[in-house]
Amino acid sequence: MSETKTLESDQKKRLKLDLKAFGPALALLVLCIIGYSLNPAFLGEGNITNLLTRSAFIGIIAVGATFVITAGGIDLSVGSMAAVISGIMIIIMNNLIDTFGASLSTVLIGCVFSIILGLGAGWINGMLTTRGKIEAFIVTLGTMGIYRSLVTYFADGGTLSLSFELRDIYRPVYYESFAGLPIPVWVFMGVSIAGWVLLNRTAFGRYCTAIGSSESVAKYSAVNVDKIKTLTYVIQGFCVALATIIYVPRLGSASASTGVLWELEAIAAVIIGGTVLKGGYGRIGGTIFGALILTTIGNILNFTDLISNYLNGTMQGLIIIIAVWLQRADWSKKKK
Amino acid sequence: MFNKSILALALGTALAVTGIAKADDKIKIGVSYPTPTHAWAAGMNWHAEQAEKRLEALYPDIDLILVNSPDPASQASALEDMVSVNKIDALVVLPFESDPLTDPVLNVKKSGAFITVVDRGLSQEGIEDIYVAGNNPELGRVSAEYMSGRLKSGDNIVILRGIPTTIDNERFDAFMAGIEGTGINVLDHKHANWNRDDGFEVMQDFLSRFPDIDAVWAQDDDIAIGVVAALKQAGRDGDGMFVVGGAGMKETIKSIMEGNELQPIDVLYPPAMLATAMDVTVAAFKSNGPVAGRYILGATLIDQSNAAQFYFPDSPF
Repeated sequence: MSETKTLESDQKKRLKLDLKAFGPALALLVLCIIGYSLNPAFLGEGNITNLLTRSAFIGIIAVGATFVITAGGIDLSVGSMAAVISGIMIIIMNNLIDTFGASLSTVLIGCVFSIILGLGAGWINGMLTTRGKIEAFIVTLGTMGIYRSLVTYFADGGTLSLSFELRDIYRPVYYESFAGLPIPVWVFMGVSIAGWVLLNRTAFGRYCTAIGSSESVAKYSAVNVDKIKTLTYVIQGFCVALATIIYVPRLGSASASTGVLWELEAIAAVIIGGTVLKGGYGRIGGTIFGALILTTIGNILNFTDLISNYLNGTMQGLIIIIAVWLQRADWSKKKK
Repeated sequence: MFNKSILALALGTALAVTGIAKADDKIKIGVSYPTPTHAWAAGMNWHAEQAEKRLEALYPDIDLILVNSPDPASQASALEDMVSVNKIDALVVLPFESDPLTDPVLNVKKSGAFITVVDRGLSQEGIEDIYVAGNNPELGRVSAEYMSGRLKSGDNIVILRGIPTTIDNERFDAFMAGIEGTGINVLDHKHANWNRDDGFEVMQDFLSRFPDIDAVWAQDDDIAIGVVAALKQAGRDGDGMFVVGGAGMKETIKSIMEGNELQPIDVLYPPAMLATAMDVTVAAFKSNGPVAGRYILGATLIDQSNAAQFYFPDSPF
């Protein structure tokens, strides 16, 4: 009698866990079916490639955000950071044409600078939060404003454009494919796999989770909390830099409107994916589906004229809330 | 300590004296507008600065004071300062928003200053002596006229709109009225928020969704940049396909001068309108003809023949 009971609850537990793990994938599947029924061209090869490539920006940034959020932090500066890094990268590359000419090395140096800037910006966010003992929300709200106004300043209120000679060299990074998949998708996949291994198979990942669930317990367990937390912001910065490297060749420009609200999209992707906003539980796999879901919503809305344009935000908001609700609500309890 | 205060006193007196002297023999014109946050506004800022240099060189007794403000409240304070500190004789103002700035501008008028309002009208009529603005419906109409001229009945177009605002509605409604009865088929219209990235993504989706598109009305040059990138990516930039933008971005104008076939024309929404307003306001003090009234600037069709006169390579826009 009692044995069957435990078995039953075991099964229930597994079922609940499955819904948690596969919820985001299921939501994406439902969205795809809706998209296909609205217009079969939705599943056309071109559109799927567009979707995956577009998801790469938010997806890569969201993988970084998964670490920050799992460790109990938050980073609101990523959108502005992407904009300012794009801007500085364009300025550097344009100026290097005089020395190196419009060559591959110019582009490579630009990319190296992008990485350095990303790591640096992340480190600043991390140090201010840990050593400075300021709440992450406030630190990154501050840096968000700073980076956004810096890019406006560098662009003189206008738009920074990559020199046309360089565009031909750099363009393939966004537009070319390797083995049938666009390069940004490969980068996204690489970052996701690396992120998954780092979070689930290393001491660093376990420390992030531990700090997120209880910072003081982690501290007493001899985890170097400040160092680990700073590292999560550095990883976030690195991810932003990678996203920037594949973003700049798309349109070759950066302005004050680059990356607006990316921070909220990244956070939404992370939470839709099942990571807990207050920290302590992170899921890279979910984050990837979260990013795909967000891009798919926008894509589907462009594929139909059933819904008024003015209500796009409403649809996005509803789908985000429903996706998270499906995952969180305790279904088994309700039935009893 | 004692020396310092004497020095300060002396300096202060000197400043006050020169200040009074200046106030006596110069016509002061305050120019207040929002801090540029996008390329078009940055272009407007640049043209205003150019106009300041040009007008002050032309008329040594004219003093133009340019102040930009980041939000409506700061603009209201800036207007107060212009009256109390600068003692302006005239004001050229592009209000951040109509409602919150109507009273502050009215107060400036009560001080006796001549008022010129630019682009965004005030909520109360009869305050301004001069009104200078671009013409949003005309931008839609001119674009529609060009499209109707090039396309035939049954041809398909898609429309990328701006940020959902009155400006966008005026342009869109006038465009739709303009193509009415021509048989041109609008497949769909979506908001691309006057933004390159959104223009790119919305156009990608239009291209996946509609196999047959003959032309694109992008309404704005930033959106058009995204549209052109998406067309090139899909390899659908040939076969007589064309894109019509708007505003007058220098890169667009340059490519029109060079004979770009994909984007053969542009429709002007002049970034120099603040400069125009400054010119007319100065004329109110210098011209022997009457200048008060409403100046609605044309939405000129820019093509290869006249592009050179709208090309300002040093402007940020």
